[in-house]
Amino acid sequence: MTVLEQAGESGETPLLEVRHVKKYFPIRKGVLQREVARVHAVDDVSFAVREGETLGLVGESGCGKSTLGRTIVRLLEPTDGQIIFRGTPIERFGTRRMRPLRREMQMVFQDPYASLNPRKRVGTIVSDPMRIHNLGSRAEQKKRVGEILETVGLSPEHYNRFPHEFSGGQRQRIGIARALALRPKLIVADEPVSALDVSIQSQMLNLLDDLQNELQLTYIFIAHDLGVVRHVSDRIAVMYLGKIVELSPAEELYTRPIMPYTEALLSAVPIPDPDLAEKRERIVLEGDVPSPINPPSGCRFHPRCRYATDICREVEPPLVDYGNAHLAACHHPLNVDQATLQQVGVAEQHTPAAADETALPQDTSGRSNPSATPNPD
Amino acid sequence: MAETLLEVNDLKVRFATEDGIVRAVDGLSFELERGKVLGIVGESGSGKSVTAMTLMGLTRGVNARFDGEVLYKGTDLLKVSDRDMQNYRGNELGMIFQDPMTSLNPVYRIGEQIVEAIQSHEKVDKRTARSRTVELLRQVGIPNPDSRVDNFPHEFSGGMRQRAMIAMALSCNPSILIADEPTTALDVTIQAQIVELINRLKDDFDSAVIFITHDLGVIADIADEIIVMYAGRVVERGSKRDVFYDPQMPYTWGLLGSIPRLDRPRPERLHTIEGAPPSLINLPDGCKFRPRCPHAFEKCKQEPGLENRVGTPGHLDRCWLDVEFKRAHRDETISPGSEEAA
Repeated sequence: MTVLEQAGESGETPLLEVRHVKKYFPIRKGVLQREVARVHAVDDVSFAVREGETLGLVGESGCGKSTLGRTIVRLLEPTDGQIIFRGTPIERFGTRRMRPLRREMQMVFQDPYASLNPRKRVGTIVSDPMRIHNLGSRAEQKKRVGEILETVGLSPEHYNRFPHEFSGGQRQRIGIARALALRPKLIVADEPVSALDVSIQSQMLNLLDDLQNELQLTYIFIAHDLGVVRHVSDRIAVMYLGKIVELSPAEELYTRPIMPYTEALLSAVPIPDPDLAEKRERIVLEGDVPSPINPPSGCRFHPRCRYATDICREVEPPLVDYGNAHLAACHHPLNVDQATLQQVGVAEQHTPAAADETALPQDTSGRSNPSATPNPD
Repeated sequence: MAETLLEVNDLKVRFATEDGIVRAVDGLSFELERGKVLGIVGESGSGKSVTAMTLMGLTRGVNARFDGEVLYKGTDLLKVSDRDMQNYRGNELGMIFQDPMTSLNPVYRIGEQIVEAIQSHEKVDKRTARSRTVELLRQVGIPNPDSRVDNFPHEFSGGMRQRAMIAMALSCNPSILIADEPTTALDVTIQAQIVELINRLKDDFDSAVIFITHDLGVIADIADEIIVMYAGRVVERGSKRDVFYDPQMPYTWGLLGSIPRLDRPRPERLHTIEGAPPSLINLPDGCKFRPRCPHAFEKCKQEPGLENRVGTPGHLDRCWLDVEFKRAHRDETISPGSEEAA
């Protein structure tokens, strides 16, 4: 709830608000196709995105970040909760009422090889959205396609080519051009760079940055690599097993991670400097993300968390505001001083046995900050 | 002095295609000792995967031409017959492919696929092969290998499939493990696990590793020597320290500068290498990197040879620029924006 208050504080209506959104997928078995279990892909997620902002959404495969992205643009139906776009709840809109909104929210997909129809020419791929929405005459559409192709760094001569004639990076540019065709306000980019070489990846990140400045776009940027996300995001939400476990202004997440999961994610990002890489403590998370069909009790991260105690196994930690718009859900928050702990009331939740553990994060705060190892010069 | 397992001398691989001759690898040389990790770095299309496949004898075909030598313990693998190559493949050289989703057969159980690999190379009965498979799966860190051995690939996560692939590659105790972008399709957390696993197994199995990647950050931890490839040729080669702390090729600077770094303040813009790698059919004259190089000058119209210009033994590069000039200017590319901070 604190997330929502925080969004309201700024006074203006956020472009997008997500309130307690849940997305469960039923698992059906037998002749009667009875529901035997549910995949809790997204489980009670709330956040708000201001106009012109980039919200990074980070987590491992299977944490529900793509499902959340698809639910926001209504490619998937939310099981429960509200999606509010410019003050209007849209989660129950039918196809017809959604159509004008589709012009305002578009998606860029991860795989540049699979997300373009191989039998269509680039011109058709990029102009299809305009055709569907009856925007302008054919000649105008063609002219606009030329303009967009130039905006994303391709040339208008590419109009009649097929996707297979392009490299991975160029294909991703076509995907971005298609998303831009309708001049959307919000773009949900689902791992737009993870299939690309580092050198091409940096081109794409700069392009997304330029487009945002030029066209006043709002991004929800989904990725698993915190290094990439840091570069584009104003705020970052870390997801684990369908829940947001930490939400923070971008730089603060890197200098002062509160959730141990964030700490582990940060330490997994490779650093291209052998000496630093050797010195730094890598927190290798054991195993994979547990099954979202039967998520662990209490804190969902506890089976892989090195600070976990009894309380983590039993009580699910709430998302608490630690000040400076930095929220986290953890019983043993890192990098938080005692005064703040008392203020937000996390310390009170500890059982006497677990109370000693609150000291632990402070002892380790020096090394629990893998990103803050700058060269002394 | 460790035993030299592999010696590649001036390897050239060309493919005849309808559009012309593709010079996929053009003059590659290196040596690999037991217990060492060689990193090969470059963008898509730089010839690094063709190199790996050629070492495994997987690029043989009517349209392929090979020159040079690939000496494995003294035998030239390029001259070995297809049938004999089968014995080297798996027994002596194991390979891990990039995409664990597509390199396992979806209709066979994980165990069956590894048992098949073992039985095609060694005369052992099914039971022995199976118990060895379980042991291998345990070594690569698959939980409950006794029951997991009978799973199908779709029941494994991406990281576990890659572990199963590694188990398969190790099934016949190869001396050399070739990993072609083994972590690119994986999450960063899983990537860290797999890199650590490969490094540990190298010691357990007393083998050498060739680690191919497009991301220099991935091998900062484990590589001993690094080869940077561009347009089918080696443009820089040296120890890990040489390449990371004293890089001589502007292309290497570009690769280093493209990585969004957590250990530095966030720059306004990331460095990018302008343009795209050249077509291997129509290579530019002179230095192949010249069209994309911000420092190119007159002399670059002649191709520089791969020579030692820095003075550090074993550190070779293909660049005409003055070493002192490079040392003064490379930080603009490698760490844009950090000059103000300094």
